[in-house]
Amino acid sequence: MARALIHVPPTAKRGEVIEIKTLISHVMETGYRIGVTGEPIPRDIIDDFVCTYNGEEVFRATLFPAIAANPFITFYTVATESGTLTFAWTDLHGATQVQSAPITVE
Amino acid sequence: MTGALLSTGAGLMRTSKRLHRPMDCRVKPGNADKGRCFTALLCIVLPIVSSFARAADIPLDQRRSDSEFISADTRAMQNDDTANPGMLAVLDGESLWEEKAGATDKSCADCHGDAKTGMKGVAARYPALAEDQDRPVDLETRINMSRIADQKAAPLPFESKDLLALTVYVAHQSRGMPIAVEENERTKPFIAAGREIFERRQGQLNLSCAQCHNENWGKRLAGSLVPQAQPTGYPIYRLEWQELGSLQRRLRDCMAAMRAEPYDYGAPELVNLELFLMWRARGLRMETPAVRP
Amino acid sequence: MRHSRRQILQAAGAIAGDIGLLRLTVRPAAATPEMMQDAVRSAIGEAPVQKGKVKLDLPPLVENGNSVPCTVTVESPMTKDDFVKAIHIFNEKNPQPNVISVKLGPRAGRAAFSTRIRLADSQTVTAIAEMSDGTCWSDDIYVIVTLAACIEEPK
Repeated sequence: MARALIHVPPTAKRGEVIEIKTLISHVMETGYRIGVTGEPIPRDIIDDFVCTYNGEEVFRATLFPAIAANPFITFYTVATESGTLTFAWTDLHGATQVQSAPITVE
Repeated sequence: MTGALLSTGAGLMRTSKRLHRPMDCRVKPGNADKGRCFTALLCIVLPIVSSFARAADIPLDQRRSDSEFISADTRAMQNDDTANPGMLAVLDGESLWEEKAGATDKSCADCHGDAKTGMKGVAARYPALAEDQDRPVDLETRINMSRIADQKAAPLPFESKDLLALTVYVAHQSRGMPIAVEENERTKPFIAAGREIFERRQGQLNLSCAQCHNENWGKRLAGSLVPQAQPTGYPIYRLEWQELGSLQRRLRDCMAAMRAEPYDYGAPELVNLELFLMWRARGLRMETPAVRP
Repeated sequence: MRHSRRQILQAAGAIAGDIGLLRLTVRPAAATPEMMQDAVRSAIGEAPVQKGKVKLDLPPLVENGNSVPCTVTVESPMTKDDFVKAIHIFNEKNPQPNVISVKLGPRAGRAAFSTRIRLADSQTVTAIAEMSDGTCWSDDIYVIVTLAACIEEPK
């Protein structure tokens, strides 16, 4: 389980554009670094990040090895209704980590 | 960075050599020679005075956190708890604080309670010399001592993810507090030993820490600003490492860059140097976890 | 059948082009501007790319190539009839030309995002936005990197 930090404003006005900040712990091993054995360390990166708002996809990013370690992504979404924002990070091997945050929209 | 350090090291060497030229001290007394005597005296005194000045600490009111010598972007990354990767390790540390360990099956929390109150101000006093110890220890070692003695658990290896997480979690509880390592008759010799290392020229470049960090802070080295080397934010998230690391790791990196043989992890020399650096930074506020280039 | 010199040269060029394509798929050690162009075409197809509407924010002199803050903002009303559907970032000197591809829609409210990227060398970084009407817009910045990423040895 990688550690993740999410910032979603706990409340927002209907129609307001809110900023969401996400940070997840991951080495993002590029596959280009040479290890102690003299062989390249195998690539190990998060390559997919998706945010859904009450089940509907509102943001998706495909990440490449050029994304820095401990991927930090901030983006915007319209506060349409109260509910849950769910964040899913998936790595090259298909393992997914999911975390959620609630939002109250007036 | 190392290449640039090499040229600057040579440059710094040239500068100091200028002031340490051997002087001709053969002065004969007499009216006609009074002028020459005075000039010769000045030539002897000035370098000595300057060499004392060169070894002088940064005036207390001129001391600044290393945060003031990094780019605005890196500083912004440090100041935003959602953007600072060090905070991820703080969360890991929080979990470890609650985790039962060792033969006693106790967690840190079982004895120390809530770290937010129990550990407040602790890191600001480290390295510390306990009543029943004969040498100061740093925070990482102190945590391991508790693990061994109180939890009856195995110590965590230096620079391991878990030890760093616990250390950064404990140190984070002192964020905002002034550094206050103890200066007393027992700690004075260790602070002096640390100062000796800091001021000693070493390695292939014959460079001392003081030459860059006491005398040339604020100037540039390979496009980066030279900081004063005030350890206010350890353990730090270093962009170069792409991970969290301890002050010992940073000191070892510095020594390797100076082309000096780095002390081993846990060496008493490193703890003496840590103690001196924290004493030198007394009064500056803790920032753990800091972000550095 | 008699072939003109032009036809023979064209045929030779076509074969050379095919060999060139084969060479590119074997992935050279470091990226080239040509690889970047191929990556751009893979992402957005044949649509022409115009400069404008996109603002790419990167520090001109980077403190450490391992972590470079990067923000892209695109002018767009982000309504269901007129929105940015994707933003891609490319580079020309890292081992790989792609950096990130972001998929957006009217629910985004603002066509902007930030992240931190790795840069292996001083180079031009390019951001391309695909609009809902099929047009593509771009911005690029030249960044100086003194401490490189991607190839640093682990501790």
